[in-house]
Amino acid sequence: MAHFESHFPLKNTRTHEVCGASAYAFAYALAGQVCGANGGAALWVREAWHGTQINPVGGAAYLDPSQLLIAQAPRHIDVLASTEEALRSGHVAVVIAELTQPIGLTEGRRLQLAAQEGNATGLCILPEGMGNNAAQTRWHCTPVYDEGNTAEDSTLQNWKLIKNKSGTLAAWTVKWNAQTRRISVVSPTAQR
Amino acid sequence: MRKRVASVWFPRLPSDRVLRARTREAANSDRPFALVQHAKNTDRIYCLNQAAEAQGLHRGMGLSDARAYCPELSSAAANPQEDARFLQSLARWSKRYCPWVGVDGRDGLVLNITGSVHLFGGEAEMLDDMRHRLARAGLNGRIAAADTRGAAWARTHYARKPDADITALPVAALRLDEKTDTALQRLGLRKISDLLALPRTTIARRFGPNVMLRLDQAMGTQDETITPIGEAPHYAVRMTLPEPIGLSADVMAGTKRLLDQLCDKLKRQAMGARRLQLTMRRVDQGAQQIELRLAAPMRDAMRILPLFDRGIRTVDAGFGIDQLRLEATQVENLADAQITAATAARPDGLEDLITRLGNRIGLENIQRFLPADSHIPERSFQIVPAAYSTATGSWSTLRPRPLCLFPPEPIAASGTRPPAQFRWRRMSLTTGRATGPERIAPEWWLPDDNWRSGVRDYWKVDTTQGRRLWLFYTPQNPNWFVQGEFP
Repeated sequence: MAHFESHFPLKNTRTHEVCGASAYAFAYALAGQVCGANGGAALWVREAWHGTQINPVGGAAYLDPSQLLIAQAPRHIDVLASTEEALRSGHVAVVIAELTQPIGLTEGRRLQLAAQEGNATGLCILPEGMGNNAAQTRWHCTPVYDEGNTAEDSTLQNWKLIKNKSGTLAAWTVKWNAQTRRISVVSPTAQR
Repeated sequence: MRKRVASVWFPRLPSDRVLRARTREAANSDRPFALVQHAKNTDRIYCLNQAAEAQGLHRGMGLSDARAYCPELSSAAANPQEDARFLQSLARWSKRYCPWVGVDGRDGLVLNITGSVHLFGGEAEMLDDMRHRLARAGLNGRIAAADTRGAAWARTHYARKPDADITALPVAALRLDEKTDTALQRLGLRKISDLLALPRTTIARRFGPNVMLRLDQAMGTQDETITPIGEAPHYAVRMTLPEPIGLSADVMAGTKRLLDQLCDKLKRQAMGARRLQLTMRRVDQGAQQIELRLAAPMRDAMRILPLFDRGIRTVDAGFGIDQLRLEATQVENLADAQITAATAARPDGLEDLITRLGNRIGLENIQRFLPADSHIPERSFQIVPAAYSTATGSWSTLRPRPLCLFPPEPIAASGTRPPAQFRWRRMSLTTGRATGPERIAPEWWLPDDNWRSGVRDYWKVDTTQGRRLWLFYTPQNPNWFVQGEFP
């Protein structure tokens, strides 16, 4: 099985995609691990009409909310434009874009080039089954019921790598380690 | 040349300001009107018009008392800041009479008219012109001129006629405080001439140097300065071109020259631009404007110039542009900062990025979170524009909180414990483990429609399907809702 450490944190200078019920947790974990290490800022671009509100109090375990900026774009095209601009500027370490519509190969490729130019990591949060071929990797994340564990703050999740441009596909069961502020892989034997 | 000073006093400036903004019939001068200020738990009259004064009302009177005396009294709220601004604009207006105009207290102007009276055909004509124009503007003004500022003040405030002899005026006309005035009157010194008749040393010994200073200033033996109102700095530069230009590189080069000039000006005043407006006039007299809103006050031309790039590319030059005008429409204080080895590098790049994004989607839409002191989940943080705030405060969580919140979504369930099975968003979910309850009471001091249903018992429910949801039960109005999701 491929090493988890070689895939996460995600490859810098590329744009990645994530879908599934735990996509927010994945985005937070990525931003927390990247920005926590180098002290950079993360930008979260989303459309202004979203009813779901990001809760910085809950996310504080992952990423210090002072490192997070939110951009509320009026339209989908502005989300893409802002993401590209932010990736290219090189002043933010991670750009998270919440997309609601499929994007074409041109847009996907532009995001890749922007990430390369700005030395940043891009992450698109997508609805399920709406991937783009230009993405470096695509992840499907779902929460898992932690039966054996009695801890109240369990964050057990299943992260499946469902597209990888440079490697094989794999799946891991992971959880967030609040002490070290890192994602740690739970070995399958420990599950039983 | 003999120095001449004119003093203008507006006895009813606040009420005149409000009344002149109204229509003619509403501002009918024989209807009583008063401005009211709320102070020490009661509404008191702040300023009133002549008709109200004729009814026996006076300043400082309670509004309810005034209503009892005069039931047809109409009133409005006083706004001292607006009055001060109005007085400033009056001072600017009176620069038409002389260049040296100062503001005198809250309701007066003082003009150094030395050497400018001949432009109006004499001093009396000038003051008449002033009176005429003020009356036409609906302002009660008392105007007098004298050789000193003190004498002019005494004439406007205490004399019946503008050219009265000031020695015949009461001692209060010397701009003395109330305590000294009362003490002088008790001694029988009612007029300024009484004061002049006494030996100087006895007055100074008894009342301190202030009385003699005011007396000397009024009589002209002691000089008194007039502080003129400063000319507000104007942050605009322009450039007219001999030949029209059309290439965006040329426009950028022109903008760079203007920016250099403007930034020099801003640096001299220790200001930073927050909003810039570039106007390009074309040869066909059309004009195009680009507005740039900056995420932080800035005066660094090399940093601002690239931010104009996107706007300039969208401009239609037509047959060419022959005039450029750059104006800082909004400026903020920006003091010079000491740069030392210990100074952390400021995230200049991030501010530039916020500016660029803000010019696309609106500067208010780039936001950051600030902690707020509340147990209510929706109010435990604030969302503020990143350009107008700094990240401060500490985040603490006593209990686990969900990663995302949504408006409460009702689920079909009953009982005070979380249901074993429930449907949410068309998913059938089974409760595996429920943690709680955590009771959160509404903040009664803030009206909030979402919390009308009373206290909430929050439960963290781990479903066997995987989703970890934040449910709450409202015991006072039995219902179950889902409000958030944990990672």
